[in-house]
Amino acid sequence: MKKSNVVMLAAAILPLALFIFPLWNITLEAPQYPIPLGMNIHINDFTDAHPHDIKNINLMNHYVGMKYIPEAIPEFKIFPAGIIATTILGLLIAFKGNYKWFLGWFILMCVLSAAGLYDFYLWEHDYGHNLDPKAIMKFTNPDGSIMGFQPPLFGSKDILNFRAHSYPRLGALFLGLGIAASFIAYLMGKKNHKKAMST
Amino acid sequence: MKNIFKACFALSFLTIAFVSCNNSDSSKSNGALTSSAAEKVYVAPGEHDEFYAFVSGGFSGQLSVYGLPSGRLFKVIPVFSQDAEKAWGYNEETKPMLNTSHGFVPWDDSHHPDISQTAGEIDGRYVFINGNNTPRIAKIDLTTFETTEIIEVPNSAGNHSSSFVTENTEYVVAGTRFSVPVPQRDMSIKDYKGNFKGALSFISVDPENGRMDMKFQVMMPGFNYDLSHPGRGKSHGWFFFTTYNSEEAHSLLEVNASQNDKDFIAAINWKKIEEYVNNGGGTMMPANYAHNVYDEHTHTATSTMKKEVRVVNPTEVPGAVYLLPTPKSPHGCDVDPSGEYIVGNGKLSANLTVHSFTKMIDAIENEKFDGDAYGIPILKFEDVLAGTVEQPGLGPLHTEFDGKGNAYTTFFISSEVVKWKLGTWEVIDRKPTYYSVGHLMIPGGNSQKPFGKYVLAMNKITKDRYLPTGPEVTQSAQLYDITGEKMELLLDFPTVGEPHYAAGCPADLIKPRSKKIFKLEENKHEYAALSEADTKVVRNGNEVHVYMTMIRSHFAPDNIEGIKVGDKVYFHITNLEQDYDVPHGVSMIGANTSELLIMPGQTETFVWEPKQVGVWPFYCTDFCSALHQEMQGYVRVSPRNSNIDLSWSLGED
Repeated sequence: MKKSNVVMLAAAILPLALFIFPLWNITLEAPQYPIPLGMNIHINDFTDAHPHDIKNINLMNHYVGMKYIPEAIPEFKIFPAGIIATTILGLLIAFKGNYKWFLGWFILMCVLSAAGLYDFYLWEHDYGHNLDPKAIMKFTNPDGSIMGFQPPLFGSKDILNFRAHSYPRLGALFLGLGIAASFIAYLMGKKNHKKAMST
Repeated sequence: MKNIFKACFALSFLTIAFVSCNNSDSSKSNGALTSSAAEKVYVAPGEHDEFYAFVSGGFSGQLSVYGLPSGRLFKVIPVFSQDAEKAWGYNEETKPMLNTSHGFVPWDDSHHPDISQTAGEIDGRYVFINGNNTPRIAKIDLTTFETTEIIEVPNSAGNHSSSFVTENTEYVVAGTRFSVPVPQRDMSIKDYKGNFKGALSFISVDPENGRMDMKFQVMMPGFNYDLSHPGRGKSHGWFFFTTYNSEEAHSLLEVNASQNDKDFIAAINWKKIEEYVNNGGGTMMPANYAHNVYDEHTHTATSTMKKEVRVVNPTEVPGAVYLLPTPKSPHGCDVDPSGEYIVGNGKLSANLTVHSFTKMIDAIENEKFDGDAYGIPILKFEDVLAGTVEQPGLGPLHTEFDGKGNAYTTFFISSEVVKWKLGTWEVIDRKPTYYSVGHLMIPGGNSQKPFGKYVLAMNKITKDRYLPTGPEVTQSAQLYDITGEKMELLLDFPTVGEPHYAAGCPADLIKPRSKKIFKLEENKHEYAALSEADTKVVRNGNEVHVYMTMIRSHFAPDNIEGIKVGDKVYFHITNLEQDYDVPHGVSMIGANTSELLIMPGQTETFVWEPKQVGVWPFYCTDFCSALHQEMQGYVRVSPRNSNIDLSWSLGED
């Protein structure tokens, strides 16, 4: 087996780590929470960073009329299926395909990841803006519009008394490594191909 | 003239400079002294103390939890007392904890806390404490800091030589101060001598779940068994009790019990008696005593009346019990970390007597006896004496050890703590106490491994030491640094109730295991509503059970109708929170009981018997959240003969 195909094989397998490690994490810090509240986002589940964190986030958020974080969302079915499908595709390519297919897989993964991030953004936006009209506390921005409580997509942000942090976790790292590896495989494959052509 | 004026001015200036310089000097040196003591007890905001101290409340029946070295009070744990703040002894769940053979006894005199041990070292699992008046032993669980078990001690009165634990917490031991007829019967007090008995109780502690059981009682002669401590290390397997009133007086004891030149320390080989009992020895005698257990999962206590107890006549177990003559009504009975020295603090003696365990064993083996008392061999004073601390002070009461070869004894009459050396018996230092010290405590002092950094002196009198508060002034403890050759007084701090004795240990032993919440899924309370969907109101004759929940910031249900005058309404309320430090309270107007203070995941019950027609509010009593003031509800009470059906709701218009 060619070196580039071995790298492609690794690229296809690496995203499977998403089934073990969380993809993303949102952490909320406040003076009353010396141990911050945190939620891990997996491709198939939301989990507490510490026991009962999601319940306690919901309790906090109900004051401003935010919906409860759902037990399940459709994405929990779609994302795992997508990962399994792309991994199988990646494996087929690693065994059968040439470097051009590697690039194809790389582009596919980039597009799908971007779509996933956009979906995450939409959910966050709805979660932060689609507020109960009977909310206990209503806040407005300086311009008079209703204040939203959307956590950042990436990075840190102050939301009332909380400081919210939103960062990728180990699962996302493995996914990123997989995608990068497929591109490296493509470059290696291309180089080999050129060498083969020249000799 | 001008020059004179100038000179005067210069002189006065110099004087002022000199004086103020002097002033600043003296204030500086005072400041330096004060600040060094202050620095030693200063625990910065947000920082934690190095030690926990569990200080008994005496006649308050409680146990208070302090931090050392700061002397800050964290919690007052109700043990033998009702506590309206925590509903302890008021709510339906904890009332059975105060049940006794005499019925509900909501008070006692709590004296001697002792922390459980493993292999001779403090393990921080439980604190045991005795109720002196209606003899009881309580166990406090140090994951919840709540009293979880109380066992009544039969055949006992003035449960004072208690509640000390053996090296592996095999037993918590309770000795009677007042001898009584056993079994209790109608007889003349004048027939005390030879007829009254002193019961020394050995309560086994289950190594797994800590459950207490009255294993056996040794029926000793009718002396007063004052204090006790276990043997440790080489003397593990023995227990030592001081006695006074070996005269067996029954009246005017201050004179009549102070006649004998020497009383005794009773040495009990409990291992030998345990073996005897395990082989069927002793007799089961009829008895009646309460055993109350609080279950952390049902959040409910049950009281069981036990009907018999195993008693052992000490003369039936050869080699199990000996008497060590000890001068003048000894009070404290303290064993050093090595287990070799047994200090008898003869409270009316000018000297402090120390016995040697090795010498005692030697005297027993060579049968060097000096008669007997009711068949119990008496050893010769000279044969067991290790040494005497000569004229250390007046009125010795208690001794603790620092683990570095030094002992610290309190002197009640001369009001001081005296440091002396084990083996050489020389006095090293003495420091006054303010005033009239009783017990003292070194963290881990009753174990093989004391943490000899501080000694805490617990005083009986404070007089002018604090701002006055009328005729009744605060009780007090004092903290001394004992790391140097000389002791240094660092801090006075007030205590809750009379601090008889205390037990201390490094905070790290307890802190990591302290529970934050009760898990809702583990709540097995009979009347728990584990979600708002489970809430309901059920009528059974004139008994009404409300299955209610509370979470920030509402009760469910919060509107109830169909209650009638004459009903007995049980509010069973579950706190659905699962976050640290989010208790909710609840109280109902006119309820003849205390509030409830319910921890996350816990269920508690109060009873309300409405006597007046109307609409009556209830509310959350613990400021729980930004919407705490909104956390309230109404109950409609209709006339006795009304036919309004029960209904309940939350959030309906």
